[in-house]
Amino acid sequence: MFTVGIDVGSVTTKVVLLNGRGWRYVVRPTGCSPRQAGHEAFEELLGQAGLSQDDISCVIGTGYGRISLPFIDKAVTEITCHARGAHHLLAGADMVIDIGGQDSKVILTDGRGSVVNFAMNDKCAAGTGRFLEVIAAALGSDVSELADKARGAEPVAISSMCTVFAESEVISLLAQGVAKGRIIAGIHRSVASRVAAMAERLGKGEQIIFTGGVAKNEGVREALSRELGREIIVDLRSQLAGALGAALLAREKPVRKEK
Amino acid sequence: MAKDYRQMWESIGVDLEAHDKLLNVLPPTYGQVYMSQENRPEGMEYFDFVISEVHGLRIQELQEHKAAGGKVIGAFCVFVPEEIVRAAGGICVGLCSGVEIGAAKAEKVLPRNICPLIKSFMGFKLGKVCPYFESCDMVVGETTCDGKKKAFEILNDYVPVHMMETPQMKREKDKQLWRSEVQDFLVKVEEFTGSKVTDTSLRQSIKDINGKRRALLRLSELRKNIPTPISGKDCLLIEQIAMYDDVPRFTAQLNALCDELEVRVKEGKGFAEPAAPRIIVTGTPMALPNWKIPHIIETSGAVIVAEELCTGLRYFENLVPEEAENTGQMVEDIASRYLNINCACFTPNEGRMEKLVNLAKEYKADGIIHCSLAFCDPYLVEANRVENILKENDIPMLKIETDYGQEDSGQIKTRVEAFLEMIDKK
Repeated sequence: MFTVGIDVGSVTTKVVLLNGRGWRYVVRPTGCSPRQAGHEAFEELLGQAGLSQDDISCVIGTGYGRISLPFIDKAVTEITCHARGAHHLLAGADMVIDIGGQDSKVILTDGRGSVVNFAMNDKCAAGTGRFLEVIAAALGSDVSELADKARGAEPVAISSMCTVFAESEVISLLAQGVAKGRIIAGIHRSVASRVAAMAERLGKGEQIIFTGGVAKNEGVREALSRELGREIIVDLRSQLAGALGAALLAREKPVRKEK
Repeated sequence: MAKDYRQMWESIGVDLEAHDKLLNVLPPTYGQVYMSQENRPEGMEYFDFVISEVHGLRIQELQEHKAAGGKVIGAFCVFVPEEIVRAAGGICVGLCSGVEIGAAKAEKVLPRNICPLIKSFMGFKLGKVCPYFESCDMVVGETTCDGKKKAFEILNDYVPVHMMETPQMKREKDKQLWRSEVQDFLVKVEEFTGSKVTDTSLRQSIKDINGKRRALLRLSELRKNIPTPISGKDCLLIEQIAMYDDVPRFTAQLNALCDELEVRVKEGKGFAEPAAPRIIVTGTPMALPNWKIPHIIETSGAVIVAEELCTGLRYFENLVPEEAENTGQMVEDIASRYLNINCACFTPNEGRMEKLVNLAKEYKADGIIHCSLAFCDPYLVEANRVENILKENDIPMLKIETDYGQEDSGQIKTRVEAFLEMIDKK
């Protein structure tokens, strides 16, 4: 039985194909058309596996672009999918911290992949991947370089949570001659403290897994770990947790939409 | 609207250009939110009609009332005792302020970061957009929250405002204060309308307003059925209309709708599937035409079964006794009925906590969604008390803070859907 999970995020689209033995995936930028990105990534993955759409018993879409996918059988929110996917990546995980391109969320689970409670950031970019991108651009860097540049640096205090204000704060820190590494470390701490506050409100998790694109940033993970006073686990496949969860749910509770 | 009311609007001082803009926003929204619903009771036709004539026929009625020497008194709060206005031959209208309008004008006199409801009413008045506001001879303000309290000082520059001091606690001395405020209001209304409130007129008015409340309570009772016979959005609309429609007509129409709903219940017909998650919304008022969160909830597969809101149960639960012999006793009874309202402006506000737990049981709710307007300190802070009590009682809760803008709708929809997936025990 083959099932597919498609996570159309604001920045990247992730597709996971699951069969009884294992899973394979495709990741590509979402660009300006979530529908097209979802469809193309799906076709690409099917092509790699030598399958056609008829071979798939159930396709679940998730992520902000889930409503733009006409070919899926069902849409499930990324919160439910991340909880399920994270449990697969780390058995016993009871808290998922997910920082994506345009939002961040903390999910408390029952340790078996089901959501008990969750919190999401309000309508602003503070504490998201977008925040890191804007700041990286102001520093003339790419987000992928941030962690390396901040390694070992003492974080400078960044007072503003707002992306626009933080950007101007960063520019004035640069003008004052503060080292880039310290500024980046400060930004990592800023993101971490914002997300940690959400986690604290929900109650402490014992086994915390960090998912979403920002989980690839070592600096944010360390800062989060310091803020929460416990180890945070990042799986290399963390970015795929949503799509994986969707594929798993498609296997466990398959539905078939009339097409 | 069936006929052209432009001349009427112009004559009462409405800015026609700004008003056109408002009307252009309203009808498509209403069609999208309301007319797209399936399985609506036939009795909703009256309420659809009222909305289609919201700035037409009803305004014409108010103008006719004024032409015959009557007064129109506007209110922004469920603490304003409408029995008294009615007993003096006046018409009490709830002013809505549920849409972002005239923000630039409002910001000339108000800070940028303030409750959207306050900004809206100031925008409506300064922009001369609302024919209800322009029909009001007087507006009644209250001291429920700091934002409104101070904004009424500014509003008084544009329309006469009578202030009522609502207490912040419910001790004996607070009850005395509120009683005297209700008495002072009666004197003020008599002076303003030039007609005496008599034992007979006040008793009749109490009965009329109770009649409206009984009809609304009857509607609420019907929603306890599984499946619930009517959508939460339709009920919210009825509760919003209750605040400005003609009292006996509204009561009769709502009772007719309830007759129809009773038949639906017997036939087991519902607005949604029996298995649809049942949600109670609680928090700040959802003033006309603010249907944002209920629309998101009910287009995500759930059904709203009760509104613990000022545009909801707080407006019509508890009746005023009808047996009192004299005006003094009636004023006393009115004051105690209104002081029973569980508004977050009180400290503590235990009544609201008990109410929510009981409502969840009575209405067999699967979860409670706490909706607060941005910058509303009383409700945003009280959300913590609500969260604790609901946790103790194993009632799932989702907290939403938002305003009249639509830019966060997608995000809120994700949260609502995730909440529904979470409470789905299937």
